[in-house]
Amino acid sequence: MDTAPQSNSQIANPYSSKDAAVRAELSEIDASIRSSALFFTVSAIFWLLAGTVFALITAYKAHEPAFMADGAWSTFGRMRSAHLNAMALGWGNNIIFAIGLWIMARLCRAPIRHGGMLTIAGIFWNVGLTIGIGGIIAGDITSVEWLEIPHYATPLLAISYALIGVWGIVAFKFRKGEHVYVSQWYILAALFWFPWLYVIAQVMIIWFPARGVVQSVTNWWFAHNVLGLWLTPMALATAYYLIPKVLGRPIYSYYLSVLGFWALAIFYNWAGVHHLIGGPIPVWLISAGIVASVMMVIPVIVVGLNHHMSVVGLHKEVWRSPTLRFTVFGAISYTLVSLIGSSMAVRSVNEITHFTDFTVGHAHHGVYAFFSMIMFGGVYYMMPRLLKREWPSATLIKLHFWGSAVGISVMLFALHVTGWIQGLEMNNPDISMLEVVQNSIPWLKARTVSGVLLTFAHVAFAVNFFWMLFAAGAVRAKQGPTLLDSSSKEGAA
Amino acid sequence: MKNLPLLFCGIFFALAFSFTGLILSSNIQIGSLNQTTQSLNENGNNIAGETLYPLKTAGLAKQGKQVYIEMGCIYCHTQQVRRQGFGADYERNWGPRQSVARDYIMQDRVLLGTMRRGPDLMHVGGRPLNADWHHLHLYNPQITSKGSNMPPFAFLYETHKIEGEPSPDALKFPPNSEYGPEEGYEIVPTRDAEALVEYLLSLKLDYSLPEAQIVE
Repeated sequence: MDTAPQSNSQIANPYSSKDAAVRAELSEIDASIRSSALFFTVSAIFWLLAGTVFALITAYKAHEPAFMADGAWSTFGRMRSAHLNAMALGWGNNIIFAIGLWIMARLCRAPIRHGGMLTIAGIFWNVGLTIGIGGIIAGDITSVEWLEIPHYATPLLAISYALIGVWGIVAFKFRKGEHVYVSQWYILAALFWFPWLYVIAQVMIIWFPARGVVQSVTNWWFAHNVLGLWLTPMALATAYYLIPKVLGRPIYSYYLSVLGFWALAIFYNWAGVHHLIGGPIPVWLISAGIVASVMMVIPVIVVGLNHHMSVVGLHKEVWRSPTLRFTVFGAISYTLVSLIGSSMAVRSVNEITHFTDFTVGHAHHGVYAFFSMIMFGGVYYMMPRLLKREWPSATLIKLHFWGSAVGISVMLFALHVTGWIQGLEMNNPDISMLEVVQNSIPWLKARTVSGVLLTFAHVAFAVNFFWMLFAAGAVRAKQGPTLLDSSSKEGAA
Repeated sequence: MKNLPLLFCGIFFALAFSFTGLILSSNIQIGSLNQTTQSLNENGNNIAGETLYPLKTAGLAKQGKQVYIEMGCIYCHTQQVRRQGFGADYERNWGPRQSVARDYIMQDRVLLGTMRRGPDLMHVGGRPLNADWHHLHLYNPQITSKGSNMPPFAFLYETHKIEGEPSPDALKFPPNSEYGPEEGYEIVPTRDAEALVEYLLSLKLDYSLPEAQIVE
């Protein structure tokens, strides 16, 4: 930050250069991380599908409680927690390990050394997670939100995370070139923040439980920061990487990038306490959480503006590129979900939305409409470069996009509306709790319908992905990128 | 950005700041709370000979808490009562006073919860619901609360053929209930179900604390 960059376009250029030597260097970097990135992506997609199955079961049980109610293993609390952990640590972390490390290696212009070790660490991560989610279903669930995985699986997760995360830091250490791009700040910070949060939360809640509600404060410091300091920076890093790469023009403003990054780093990690508004913890802690939550408006507006100005005027290109169609959907969702989140932290709003499906909707707004959509965009961009072949079917990409976009929109509408109604009704003691529940049932059914749409989308994505991975000869021979508009054949995917 | 020391320090101190401010400081403030009598003497000390609150969950109720954890009850039921005037917790009879930090200090695992698909349970043991009601409700919520979307926990109960005297623990279904057992059979709680109900009945916010008095 000591000196202003000469010109952003010069900085962005080495990575989209027409220069053969630079392209060769990138190709070498891609080759060095290919097998581990593929392993993580395949794992992520398997967890995405497993998480979708758990989600459908959970959503259906919410309005048909007698469904799959014969055994303890499939009761609502366990299915719901299996869904959350499969999505957050299975889909989320694996796709971050794939795309985050790949972007880091490319931006550092440093090939990953000993990529086989990275894959082995990844295998341990997924073994640990399988044991953990099996443990949840078997009844060893901890009932600590976002930390449901039983104590016998978490050390394996922590150790394998450390082995994976260190690769990003090593790549950074061996980087070439003076300038460090905004995506690198976010990835570096997130790789460092996540283990800190995870280890502290494990120690203070599970291993050596802190006294009373200190556990709850730690719980929400952790859980909200999984979103704020892990998923969010990784998704923003990916968006910051993909938008200029596909459009071939630099990010609008360096200074807005800097402001957005530091404002996020400073404010987000205090915000989690807003999950305890009205709860039995000291008021000053809650007030600090509310202030930080509202201050989050700054980085959100700044990043939103920066992304918007970077794509403005090129909307056709955005719509045509599978990568950017998903990424820009995610970036817009980031602005919306964060502004809604900030307002939910205000006491008078929280009095209504707290303890309702509004929060559930909000969580999906963040993790799906923002994080996952950007990561889908990342997969559409990364795979052709890793495999040197194109996506087999534009139709499947369109099915994926529309299934995801419509599905998540229906879900968000249903959950936000029913959550708001639940909140108003729960605060009116003349309406019995049973009536509140019954009034929410039609909306919960709509949520299940949205889940079916998302399932179609994920299946389309998985089919296209594995078709590409085990490409038939026809796919290998395909020339030019797969775009979503057949009239034009130029440009990057 | 070229100033890497600044970047590293910023990344470190950003999280260190909230870790100190939220976690360590609340650990100091809340970690020093102890059990106390319902009110204090003029010197601000516990009154000798009176019971210290909050009580510790023990015995069968403690085992029941483990069942509560294993079944994931927390994902639909909170254990916290908000103050009068903020929400309608008090008006719904979910507790005679708001719950405060000291109420949780004897708990190995705190189960505040963040979702109320069903009622708050902080004071469920103080409500006019007996063990028979809880068993029927857990066996199938439709018996006691028609239209609820709470899942049935029938797998915590066993169906026996009645041999000789009927069991005194058998579920007492309302007459002609469609959920009752066949003629000659009875449904009895497993130990897990007994423990869970014991735990639910032990959840009471019927004592005052110096900082949170029950106002009659």
